[in-house]
Formats: sequence, C-alpha cells, structure tokens
Amino acid sequence: MFRFIVRRLLQLIPTLIGLSLLLFIWLRRLPGGPETAILGERGTPEMRAAIRRNLGLDEPILIQYGRFVRRLIKLDLGTSTSTKRPVVTEFIERFPGTVELTVMAMVIAIGIGIPLGYLAARRRGRMLDHLSVGGSLIGICIPVFFLAYVLKAIFSENLGWFPSSGRQDPTLGATRITNFFVFDGLMTREWDAAADALWHLVLPGLALASIPLAIIVRITRASVLEVLNEDFVRTAEAKGLTERTVRGRHVLRNAMLPVVTSIGLLTGGLLSGAVLTETVFAFSGIGAFVAEAIGQRDYPVLMGFILIIAVVYVLVNLLVDLSYSVIDPRVRVR
Amino acid sequence: MALLEVDDLSVTFARRGQRTVHAVDGVSFSVDAGEVVGLVGESGCGKSVTSLAIMGLLPKQPGLRVGGKAVFDGTDLLQLDDRSRRDIRGRDVAMIFQDPLSSLNPVIPIGLQVTEVLTRHRGMRGEAAQKEAADLLDRVGIPDPRRRLREYPHQLSGGMRQRALIAMAVACQPRLLIADEPTTALDVTIQAQILELLKDLVRDSGTALVMITHDLGVVAGMCDTINVLYAGRVVETARRRPLFREPRHPYTVGLLGSVPRLDAGRGERLNPIPGSVRDLLAWPDGCAFAPRCARRVDECVGEPPELVLAHDGRSYRCVNPAPVGGTVPPAATGGRTATAPAPGTAPAAGGASPAPADDATAGPVPAPREEEKP
Repeated sequence: MFRFIVRRLLQLIPTLIGLSLLLFIWLRRLPGGPETAILGERGTPEMRAAIRRNLGLDEPILIQYGRFVRRLIKLDLGTSTSTKRPVVTEFIERFPGTVELTVMAMVIAIGIGIPLGYLAARRRGRMLDHLSVGGSLIGICIPVFFLAYVLKAIFSENLGWFPSSGRQDPTLGATRITNFFVFDGLMTREWDAAADALWHLVLPGLALASIPLAIIVRITRASVLEVLNEDFVRTAEAKGLTERTVRGRHVLRNAMLPVVTSIGLLTGGLLSGAVLTETVFAFSGIGAFVAEAIGQRDYPVLMGFILIIAVVYVLVNLLVDLSYSVIDPRVRVR
Repeated sequence: MALLEVDDLSVTFARRGQRTVHAVDGVSFSVDAGEVVGLVGESGCGKSVTSLAIMGLLPKQPGLRVGGKAVFDGTDLLQLDDRSRRDIRGRDVAMIFQDPLSSLNPVIPIGLQVTEVLTRHRGMRGEAAQKEAADLLDRVGIPDPRRRLREYPHQLSGGMRQRALIAMAVACQPRLLIADEPTTALDVTIQAQILELLKDLVRDSGTALVMITHDLGVVAGMCDTINVLYAGRVVETARRRPLFREPRHPYTVGLLGSVPRLDAGRGERLNPIPGSVRDLLAWPDGCAFAPRCARRVDECVGEPPELVLAHDGRSYRCVNPAPVGGTVPPAATGGRTATAPAPGTAPAAGGASPAPADDATAGPVPAPREEEKP
C-alpha cells in the first residue's frame, strides 16, 4: 500500500515536467505578451522591448524554462506580472476559497446524486425515474453561469435566504489561519464565522454542482440497474435475505465502483471550472484571478495554476484508486 | 404426500406488440421427501425458468405471468407474499446456481456470504456463526476453512466456489434443494466431485434434490425420477431405470441417441436430433416436438397430446410413442407415418435410440458416475 502511494507520487514528476515544458512553450507562442497588457496600444517598440528584457522574456525559451524549474524546486513560482506579488502568496490567499467551493459542490452532487440515482434505478420506468433522468439532462444542458444567475436572483435577491456574494461577512472579523474559512472558524471555535462561511457556499455550490450531480445520477442509475441483474444478487435473494440486506450489502457496494471513478474525474474538472460561478457570486477564489491572468498574459500565474491543478488531479485520482481497493478486493494494491 | 407438488405451472412473458412467449406451459411434477428428481432438457426448454418460478426468483418485469401451483409442504409457494417467501427461501428451500463465480458477490468475503444465511434464518451471530460457517465449509470439503472464510471469491478455484455456494445452500438444512446445472461451468473431474458431494449431502440429511441438467450422465448417476422437458412441457416422466431402458417419447429416444458412448462401434456416428428447439414465439398448436420428430403422425398436429399414464407410474405425452420391448425405433426419416418396428435396424439420423441391453447398467447410460442401485 505504502509503496503503491510512493510509486504513484513519483510518477507525478515526469508528468509535471512534460506538462510544464509543453505549456511553457505553448504560452509563449500565443500572440501578444505581458508588455501589451501593461502598455496597451500606446507603447513604442522600445518600451515593449525594455519590458520584455525586464521580465527576462528576451532570452531563449529553454533558458527561461531552466530558470523557472530552478525556482520551482525552491517552491517559488515567480512574481505575477499584473499584481507584482509573488504567485505563491496569491495562491495561498485565493486557492482555499476554490477548494471549499469545489468540496461543497461535490458534497451536494454526491449527497443527492447517489441516493437519487439509486432510487431511480429501483423505480425504473416510474415517475421518479423519468423525473431524475429528465432532470439530469436539464442539469447537463443548462450553462452553469446562467443557473448561477437564476439561483442568485431567486434565493438571494428575491427571497433573501442566502448571501449574494463574497465568502464571509467581513463585519464578523473572523480570524484567518489557513484561508479555508469554514475550517478556520471550526479551529478557532468561532462557530458563527464557520456557519456564515458555509452559508455563503450554498448557492455557488449548488450552481457548480449541477453538472456533476447530473452525471452522478445517471452513472449511479445505470450501474445499479446493471448490478440488479447480476447472478450474485439472485443468489442473495435465493438465500432469503431481507430486501434491505440484499440492496445495501450486495447491490449498492458493487454499484459504487464506476461512481467513484467518475467522482475523481469530476472533482478535478470542478477545480478548474469554478471560474464562472466565482465570477457571478463575486467569490474571491482562484478562478476569477486566473481568468484575469489569461487576459494579462500573466505567465507565472498561469504556469503555477496549471501545475497546481495537475498535482490536485493526480492526488484526487490517487485517492480514488485507494478507495477502489477498499471497495473491491480484486483490485487490492500491492 | 409429496414434499413439492408442482401442478400445471406456467410462465408467460407478454410484451406489447409481440406474441406472448410461453416459457413454461403446464409443467407438473412432484418431489418426495429425500428423493432426487431430475429435470432434463435442451437449452431453452424452460427448466431454469421452472426452478426460478418455484423459488419466486424470476426478475420482476411487466408482462410476466406465473400460473398454476407449486405446493411445498402444504403451502403454495406461488401465492405467498414477499416476506413469507423470503422466510422460506434459504431455510426450507435452497438453490444452487450454474456459474459459481458470477453467483458469488465479488466484493464480500466468503465468510460473510455464509454467515449472512445463518444470521437471517438461524439467528446466529459473531463467533458462533463463524464457527458454524467453518464447519459448513469443512463439510463441503473445503480445506483450511478458517482461512477461506476471510478470502474473496476470486481467490478460490471454480470447484471451491461451487462448494462454497453449496455450503451456503445447505446451511439451514433445507428440506428441498434445487440445483440448476450445478456442474456445467466446471471441468469434468471437478464435476464428478461436486455431484458426489451433492449426493452425499442429500443422503446424509434426507434433503430432497431437484437436479436441473442437460447432461444425461448426471441424471443417470443420481436421479431417482426423471422428468424430460421439451419446449416448456414435461414430455416424459419415469423412474431412472425404465427411462434409460425403454424411453417412450421420441424426444427422450433422440436425447439418449445423441449421447456419445464408449461402447459404440468404430466410426459409428452420433445421431443428433435434427433441427433445433422451435422458437417459442411460433408456438405450434400440436406437439411441440412434432417438427423434429421421426415418428410424427397426422394426430401430432392439431392439439397438444394428452398425458398418457403407463404402468409402473411412467407417463409421457405422445400419440405415437416408441414401442416397448428392447426394440430400436425405426428411422422414419421425414416420413409421415412411422413404419412397423424393425428390431436391429441400424441407427439412422433422427430419433434412433441406442439398443438398450437387458441389464440397465450396460444400457445406454452415458458414462454412468456410479453403479446402478437396484
């Protein structure tokens, strides 16, 4: 088990090298550069060249990459060309918000998706089944930003149940330790701060959860339907076990395998896909910051973001593989 | 009184816009306490559906209709509500399935799969259940049962898996055990061991056994009474010895004739039954076997033949049965009417039976797995 984890983490190194080299070159091939973003249309060629020299962009690309890697080893991602602050500092401030949002969305998607998909399979061909299958189709089709606006208009502006923007009420003066606001509130026993941060997560979490929820409902439904037809379910029935035991012990556990896989893939996608939701709810996560960085050709921020997403992706999928071995003894890792 | 009395059991699958499928069409047979009864027939003849219907295990689907009766010890299993049926299943009536790998839950240790039956029907828990489960595995011949209890199905060999399934089935000492092709997925040497085990178990515990198979060797080795099924109907019922010595229904004759025999002459060819099981959608009005039958006469088509009760408790559904008396039925290839019996005629394609000898042990029993008992 331990060797498996170490091996998987070591596999991360070549992945990151390949990915970073590819993106490093690719980003610099894009038309326009940070000098255009800084100077706008009025810069003279001399001014542009001066900025490029200043940022070290006039050197051969491999030398630039070498310098990037040397800094990376010291966990230094460089300085943002647009905010002039270290990229690492920016990320420490903003990334926790996105992580909280993603976790919230996945909790909603899993918490509703698996039971709903299961019930739809059990009541196949009946009302609930049609509703959840149709509903999941709508969930996949509705653009996230549109849903975000609708949720905001109804539940916060009209009904006033939820806050419409931000991550926490600033007047609470909550203590910051890790920038995970909910976690900080629990750590410092500032329960009202934790609850408020959680409350701020509900609407953006719902909006962001729409697509993974729809996918999880469908995968769970299909998987349960398949397992219900398995011979071992018939064996369990032949033993005279109660319906509850048959469903809980024999059906659900076997049906979870494909669902767990999809959860891993969806989580990675959410981290990088939270941009629109964060924008609508003025949620100070990393999504909006990175979207801005693209326009500014802020190379250090973009590189840092992509690398972090890659690491998170690998870690989440490592977790998925480990949970596999808990669910299915046939894939026990060595 | 019989332990299980199946009376006019029928299973139909109706689907909108399609003709109704009669998977089982008026099957009747009975099983006495401690008796071993065979249900024999080709694939698609309805033998598995029969057993699943008795157990109430047919997949629930719209259009499924189960008719008739299956009276077990005075109660009609088909009329029971779901809860009482679950109480009986696994405790009084148990079942063993064809493919031991897919019939075991891959993600649960063998131990739990055995103890869950004990917990459900005998209220055993904890160490007591573990001990009983280990005893059960030991009884079905699994070595080192304590270790096996912790293992998963994929860690066991095919024969071990089937033994484990048998252990689960006999855990509550059921009075009736239904085995649906229990050896089909196993290789030949393991097959013999599993049959031996089943035979020992039913003999020791007095459990009645319904053996569902297409393998006449299995039937010859262990069944007391044999029901031959064709296209959802019982076409012939007889005790083992008379059936092998004097099959009356042309289908039984054909089945026996199509089994390879070690004592056949060199270069002698097998006699397959021509054609295949008719599509159940196009259900003929008369005898279902008529289109493939070498002894077909005019009366075969029209309405289904009545059950003919012969002496010594045999019965068959045929208007023109194979003659009795150690004769080989004639090969009326495609003929409208059967010609007169011609003893000693060389077997020809279609419904020819291997010549039965006087002694049943030397009869057309394909590779018998034990000596015949009187």
